[in-house]
Amino acid sequence: MSVLGERSACCEDGRATQMKALHLGEIGSVHSWDRTTDADGPGMRLVLRLSGCPLRCQYCSGPDAWLMRDGSMHTIDATMARIERDASVLLASGGGLTISGGEPLLQPAFTAAVLRGAKEIGLHTALDTSGYLGRRATDAMLDDTDLVLLDVKSGLPDIYHTVTGRDLAPTLEFARRLAERGMRVWARFVVVPGLTDAWDNVAAVGEHLAALENVERVEVLPFAQSGREVWHSLGTEYRLELTEEPDGGLLERVRTQLRASALTVV
Amino acid sequence: MAITTDKTTAGTSAEEPQVAWRGFATGPWQDAIDVRDFIQRNYTAYDGDAAFLAPATERTTKVWTTLTEMFPQERANGVYDIDTHTPGTITSHAPGYISRDDEVIVGLQTDAPLKRAMIPNGGWRMVEGALKTYGYETDPEVAKIFTEYRKTHNQGVFDVYPPSVKAARHSHIITGLPDAYGRGRIIGDYRRVALYGIDALIAQKNVERAELMMEQPNEETLREREENAEQIRALGELKTMAASYGYDISGPATNAREAVQWLYFAYLAAVKEQNGAAMSLGRTSTFIDVYMERDLAEGTLTESQAQEIIDDFVIKLRIVRFLRTPEYDALFSGDPTWVTESIGGLGDDGRSLVTKSSFRYLNTLYNLGPAPEPNLTVLWSPALPLGFKEFCAQVSIDTSAIQYESDELLRSQCGDDAAIACCVSGMAVGKQMQFFGARVNLAKALLYAINGGRDEMSGKQIAPASTPVAGDVLDYADVRAKYDVLLDWLAGTYVEALNCIHWSHDKYAYERIEMALHDRVVLRTMACGIAGLSVAADSLAAIKYATVRAVRDESGLVVDYDVTGEFPTYGNDDDRADDIAVELVSAFMDKIRKHPTYRDAVHTQSVLTITSNVVYGKHTGNTPDGRRTGEPFAPGANPMNGRDTHGMVASALSVAKLPYEEAQDGISLTATVVPSGLGRTREEQVTNLVGVLDGYNVATGFHVNVNVLNRETLEDAMENPEKYPQLTIRVSGYAVNFVRLTREQQLDVLSRTFHGAL
Repeated sequence: MSVLGERSACCEDGRATQMKALHLGEIGSVHSWDRTTDADGPGMRLVLRLSGCPLRCQYCSGPDAWLMRDGSMHTIDATMARIERDASVLLASGGGLTISGGEPLLQPAFTAAVLRGAKEIGLHTALDTSGYLGRRATDAMLDDTDLVLLDVKSGLPDIYHTVTGRDLAPTLEFARRLAERGMRVWARFVVVPGLTDAWDNVAAVGEHLAALENVERVEVLPFAQSGREVWHSLGTEYRLELTEEPDGGLLERVRTQLRASALTVV
Repeated sequence: MAITTDKTTAGTSAEEPQVAWRGFATGPWQDAIDVRDFIQRNYTAYDGDAAFLAPATERTTKVWTTLTEMFPQERANGVYDIDTHTPGTITSHAPGYISRDDEVIVGLQTDAPLKRAMIPNGGWRMVEGALKTYGYETDPEVAKIFTEYRKTHNQGVFDVYPPSVKAARHSHIITGLPDAYGRGRIIGDYRRVALYGIDALIAQKNVERAELMMEQPNEETLREREENAEQIRALGELKTMAASYGYDISGPATNAREAVQWLYFAYLAAVKEQNGAAMSLGRTSTFIDVYMERDLAEGTLTESQAQEIIDDFVIKLRIVRFLRTPEYDALFSGDPTWVTESIGGLGDDGRSLVTKSSFRYLNTLYNLGPAPEPNLTVLWSPALPLGFKEFCAQVSIDTSAIQYESDELLRSQCGDDAAIACCVSGMAVGKQMQFFGARVNLAKALLYAINGGRDEMSGKQIAPASTPVAGDVLDYADVRAKYDVLLDWLAGTYVEALNCIHWSHDKYAYERIEMALHDRVVLRTMACGIAGLSVAADSLAAIKYATVRAVRDESGLVVDYDVTGEFPTYGNDDDRADDIAVELVSAFMDKIRKHPTYRDAVHTQSVLTITSNVVYGKHTGNTPDGRRTGEPFAPGANPMNGRDTHGMVASALSVAKLPYEEAQDGISLTATVVPSGLGRTREEQVTNLVGVLDGYNVATGFHVNVNVLNRETLEDAMENPEKYPQLTIRVSGYAVNFVRLTREQQLDVLSRTFHGAL
């Protein structure tokens, strides 16, 4: 995989060239590659995690993917070569490519190019996003997206702001746009005791999602302390240091509450 | 020949083939022994789902309960009972029953269930050791026979072993060799007895005998003549043994129950007189299904009865027992017998070989509960019917009792009537056999290369003296070159050991009945093997990509390694490390091929450890990858425990890179995933597991054991074994009752990677 020059070695001209290439989607800032089967779309998924995110979620499990400059720069050709290497296995498994982050819509041109490339080789595609930057998703990009994994984070604007540092409205707007387009959506909601689990917050999530006809399922995910070491290594204040992972009873309460909104909850 | 049996030897009650074969499509199988042709012309592929299956009958449950009540005592004492007076042969024991009136399929190894026989031809010491371990007196007369009058395989081997092999064996660089026990891994084509009856098989062997009498009487011919005589004798004894149970099997079976009974008698004869490490069954379900379909069509069998026959047969296969020692148990833990049955796969014409009986075999895991034996092995292809693939995945999720092998790879090598012997060894049934060769320790070999051929634990010179690595920091090119020289020596010593073993085994513990159920001309393979692949690969990756400093003791022996910096590890789909593993497999295979083999066997190798990964680790010092002395290796071709951090799929894809053509005796992967890691809902878990198996198959992965388990379940089972009598887990090419593993093995299983996600 080719990496475009080390940052430190970049002269001013180099930096400008890189910025332009990023803008055009010729290169992208990549955090990592992963493969999963449990959550990121149907079947076996090759997950491309991009670097950079506009949100600062308190429960983020990968804060090392917040900054675009911390990723490594990959050309679209190298990225597609990596995807093509796995294509036969992904196709055989009934799976596909999931582009995640960070927030992939922070690099919309690159994300669009990757989704286009994946569709060209016949792969199922999923876009994992908070929706906050939904306006950056062009119609052409969404045409190349088979499934959107929409992480709703919170149902009430003030809690949303407390959790992420940003506003809820853009996500709802994006969700409505997806509904209008009739796109498949799997919504996600992370249960963090004391932060997102309030009754009315969960109820609000249910209301927002129930108003959309295209949400196939809602995944209720337990908050996990798996990111703690990453927070420590970054030296960033980790406010959920003492937060317990939710127990089965709490998760079941949230699921029941969402089911009451006539949603398919898994 | 098959239909013109010798009338003077045919039993009076034997049915004429015309009756036994009524309704079957005719073909070449009637004119010569050709079970594959019979199957291909007569089987009915099934592409539906599992909805037709029947539950256990009351009778089945009663028989099984009788046995399960005996298991706790066997578990507590190690054995239930031993016959210390009668060495096991095909006809040595009077008939035995579990619950005589309830049994649909009859026959036991001895005269009572779970009573183990002595089978001393492999080696008297193993028998003596076992008797002592379990507190039984040795019968002096039997001891005298096998020490004074009758030489055993074990004695024969040590009469021909050179000092170099003994030293290599003693220092554990070559281990697990079948030089004190039966080699096993030979599959008789037990189906032949059902399809043709004994008399026709004897007639065919007599034709072969006539041929042999006309050939040049050189050493090879004379040996074959003697083997042929033994085969004919064994077939006669098989007929006698069946007669003691009230069955005349001189002619072909006339219905499904008889077909299973005939086939089982043939298998039973093999396990009555051979204590082979793996006594595999072959590929029987689709063969049996032909009879089931005929009986169902004739209205003489119901689905419930069909399932009952299979259930009762499987009960018998579950209680095959051998007398073994604790040392043996340390290598192959949990009392395994490898009654491997291969199910599914495709034919050369592209038709699926899945039948309703393929489902019925798997259904025994529900009707009788999970169990490690028979070792149910699904020959997987993405082209198998979806209903069958989903049922397999569901059974894996519910029982963790089945393993998968690539039908695509197996068929390309052995054709479409192949079966797995033991864990991962493919062979064309009745046409191919192997000389089982255990394995060499590649990780220890690397330490020898670094230390100029000295053993890192004892300090003794084992391999020929060479220049040890000099200086502080290990240099990759230097170490790799030294390793290459060391592996040359190892390959030569290893093949010589195997030649000694199989020469002796053929002489003193020849598998008469199993070979009687083979063609005269068989393809023999010399099945070499390697252990410690992931340790060796990671160690080389550490030397190549990080800085590894040698730590020496006062004698200059390198006994530890100081590693600074990061290095890639095998099992994360990272070519830098994976390529090293691939290269090692190919390089060692090339070296093996340079040495001539006994009976011109074709060289193969496996990447498989069974549970001996623990013992190998115990006898291997600190390695440059950071593994500490005594720490277990990963099993088979697995990445080192805990180092495959990118999920089960990345781990599997690394293993899938190992070239099957350079390891045709099989490449074993054992993967454990927690149920939630497979998906949110049960349907999704089934769909995803099917997807993963399809994907792994397309990536040319050969074998995978799939466990779907939570760590907590196993921890609880260690504390409260009585709560989990049937908890089954796949370890490396076979499955065990978890509670029957040694504590050390249980801890090893717990230390393995449990993938939270695929």
